[in-house]
Amino acid sequence: MSTETANPTLLIDGCRLVDPETRYDGPAGLWIERGELKKIARTETERQALRARVAATAPEALRLEADGLLVFPGLVDLHVHLREPGFEYKETIRTGCEAAARGGFTAICCMANTNPVNDCRAVTEFICARAAEVSGVAVHPIGAISKGLEGKELAEIAEMKKGGIVAVSDDGRPVADSALMRRALEYARTFDLRVVSHAEDKALAGSGCMHEGAVSTRLGLEGIPAEAEEIMVARDIHLAALTGARLHIAHVSTAGSVELVRRAKEKGLDVTAEAAPHHLLLTDEVLGGSGAYDTRYKMNPPLRASRDMDALRRGLQDGTIDCIATDHAPHSEDDKNVEFHRAPFGVVGLETALAAGLSLVRSGTLSLAQLAERMSLGPARLFGLPHGRIAEGRPISLAVIDPNHKWTVDARRFRSKSRNSAFEGWTFEGDVAYTLAQRRLSYAAEWARPLTAISEPAGAPTQRRIAGV
Amino acid sequence: MPALSQRHLLGIEPLLPGDIRTIVETAKSMKSISKRAIKKVPALRGKTIVNLFLEPSTRTRSSFEIAAKRLSADTLTLSGTGTSLSKGETLMDTARNLEAMAPDAIVIRHSASGAPHMLARILEPPVINAGDGSHEHPTQALLDLMTVEERKGPVKGFKVAIVGDIAHSRVARSNIFTLTKMGALVWLCGPATMIPREVEQLGARVTNSMDEALEGADVVMMLRIQLERGSGSLFPSVPEYAATYGLNRARLKRAKRDVVVLHPGPINRGIEIASDVADGEFSVILDQVENGVAVRMALLYLLITRPEGRGGTA
Amino acid sequence: MTSDPIRNSAPGTTGPTPRLVLNGDDVRRALARIAHEILEHNRGLNDLALVGVRTRGVTIAQRLQAEIRRIENESPPLGTIDITLYRDDLDHHLEHPELRSTDIPFDLTGRHVVLVDDVLFTGRTVRAAMDALVDFGRPRTIQLAVLIDRGHRELPIKADYVGKNIPTAPSEQVHVRLVEEDGADEVVVTA
Repeated sequence: MSTETANPTLLIDGCRLVDPETRYDGPAGLWIERGELKKIARTETERQALRARVAATAPEALRLEADGLLVFPGLVDLHVHLREPGFEYKETIRTGCEAAARGGFTAICCMANTNPVNDCRAVTEFICARAAEVSGVAVHPIGAISKGLEGKELAEIAEMKKGGIVAVSDDGRPVADSALMRRALEYARTFDLRVVSHAEDKALAGSGCMHEGAVSTRLGLEGIPAEAEEIMVARDIHLAALTGARLHIAHVSTAGSVELVRRAKEKGLDVTAEAAPHHLLLTDEVLGGSGAYDTRYKMNPPLRASRDMDALRRGLQDGTIDCIATDHAPHSEDDKNVEFHRAPFGVVGLETALAAGLSLVRSGTLSLAQLAERMSLGPARLFGLPHGRIAEGRPISLAVIDPNHKWTVDARRFRSKSRNSAFEGWTFEGDVAYTLAQRRLSYAAEWARPLTAISEPAGAPTQRRIAGV
Repeated sequence: MPALSQRHLLGIEPLLPGDIRTIVETAKSMKSISKRAIKKVPALRGKTIVNLFLEPSTRTRSSFEIAAKRLSADTLTLSGTGTSLSKGETLMDTARNLEAMAPDAIVIRHSASGAPHMLARILEPPVINAGDGSHEHPTQALLDLMTVEERKGPVKGFKVAIVGDIAHSRVARSNIFTLTKMGALVWLCGPATMIPREVEQLGARVTNSMDEALEGADVVMMLRIQLERGSGSLFPSVPEYAATYGLNRARLKRAKRDVVVLHPGPINRGIEIASDVADGEFSVILDQVENGVAVRMALLYLLITRPEGRGGTA
Repeated sequence: MTSDPIRNSAPGTTGPTPRLVLNGDDVRRALARIAHEILEHNRGLNDLALVGVRTRGVTIAQRLQAEIRRIENESPPLGTIDITLYRDDLDHHLEHPELRSTDIPFDLTGRHVVLVDDVLFTGRTVRAAMDALVDFGRPRTIQLAVLIDRGHRELPIKADYVGKNIPTAPSEQVHVRLVEEDGADEVVVTA
């Protein structure tokens, strides 16, 4: 790794800063010294002064001419499957972090369904230790609710918290036993942890492999009714009311679930929710057309009907859905290249999430400020994570975004080990140019406007590229 | 005669009404070959057809084999237990190995809905769906259409009742697509446990009453009850099903006097259909078998010799 | 339909002028002669049968059958044969050739079968027709009658009865028009 990427000293000049914490959305100059944000210059006068001071005192510093670029706090993803330990052929902590950095993420929370399951402090610490070897993205493990995700006995939640978990979840193997779910909510509350519910009635979902509706009927595939999710969302909300615990509904996919969460919030319950980019942009119709039986569109919960997608978008807009989370679920090509009903559920999402989010801004679903909030500070607050803030005196954690960069998704170019993207072939407008986190430049797009030396005039032909990222 | 709009036969759904017409008209010519002393023409001489039957099937497999042989094609039949699929080889591996044999067409029967689509995505030769999971069984629907037309002429405006487990029936889906494309009114009948979600969007009407389905019907298609699926989830018991949705002479009186009764076989006598109906004057079940060979000959011929078809992407 | 006042020539004649090689009387006389030759060669009607090749060959075979009846007061049985499924060029068409029925309502075995077609060109149609015929039985002989032999054979096939030999270029097209289908009998050659 080039020394240039660590502890950069850098002036990001003329960007549009979108900061959810201060609700500032306007022009800014950002002065970063040795990886720490020293100065945010907002007014024209301040920025001119900053420019002059930097030119005088730090001629060796780098400059990013950021006119037309956006700066968000580093993005935060509450729902990622890193697959390590146990399934390193699908993803590793390292490749997952590289994919995250490429997607503008500076903090990710990884689910417990590894092998061994993250249901004890040793596994939690293993993950944290592996993540520490990979600088540039903060990895926060989510512990299992039950031992071995078996839904029978509680895992050692308090011990895992000492090891570093930030929430608990049996994601992928939903807790069927209501009594156990009640205990989990009570116990997690004791240790100020949110319980993340993968809401699915497995018996009702049966052997379903896509949304149950007209398309599943046409294709002759077993369907998963929306009610399989909604029944469990309703149950878990009732249990949250019973226990007074913090509940987070993962990957909300149906209109009914959005309504249930909305009413829970109205009642003042501490219920939060996330939605995944694929559910916000795709419906089951894709499986009825050119993507018939394409396992790239198989995930759980499945792509739903367009009325569900519309409800999710409205929910995200009005805050019923608190954040966007990718449910990044890598699978190898061999795993996916089988008959549809045999293929594993899941799609990768880290490297397309921001672009997907920007398309929601373009379609008028969200404002830019809302998007920044739903992908950084919003999710960080749900799990009490120290992310999503842009403040002087703190180590940098930023995503620099070129909103006009047009690109076509080609999963072969992903940094993730896996290629199972539901957005393959999509053309997006807008993508991450640079990711800065943990005092270093963790990602620089090869197409991005290059960093120049302060001493050079902006746009000079002798631009230096940052190597090694 | 126009070429088919599709390079593969993955289902009836993507076909145009004109494609269906072409196939049935060609099948009529093919049928006469089966009546000759020498039941063979050289149309596909030197062509190789692979029959990949990865689910037990005697009728459809033999029908495709006879069809290929009557057109002088060489056939290689791989059935579920004989292939290396049982040794853990994936369908993709099998498909790639088959391709190395340079077949001119691949006929596939598979328990997974969409298995033919997988093959069609990676293979060059035409893929013919001989039944995939609960999705489609297009050759069955085409032979059903041919059989009905032989007896009663064009189906436009006919009331056709399809009775049984619509949810899990590929025969039902292919027939719904075929009949609605050809202008018939399709009524689906069975207990609600056997009616799939939003099936009305396929252009069919739904009733849970056998009497309503049969009233004035021109055609009745009885679906085979899959006893191996086990009762208990979709219906409580076989006798209860037979009593409620079985077809017998008394019930059939509600239909038109020249009604024809079809069944894709094999029949569960006394369950979905009474013997005196299956063997009676309204039944065209044996015609179905004969027409099955003709329809499959027509498809093999039309797809393998499809003009501009090789390497095309239509 | 009103005629176009600007156009002087008939529609469709903008290209090279079609060459009329047989008129109605020529066709009639040629078929009458062929009927006589068939009877002469086979010494009457014994075990004789006609098989027309779809589609124009069938009409010509019907004419020959009528001609023979006029001469002998009796007519040989007539069959029709569609050779589509016997062709060796199925892969090379822009459209599927239309499949028509083959109908041979008598036993071919032991018969003298006269295969009838309109134009003899490469010989491939006749080859296919002979393959088809032998699938229906074992004729004692197969003879070939054509209205036009235009040359350019690609197979060792020769007609026993020919209405007229017409030298053509390979690229030219020979059109046989018959009253039953086209309203008039004539044979024209176009470029």
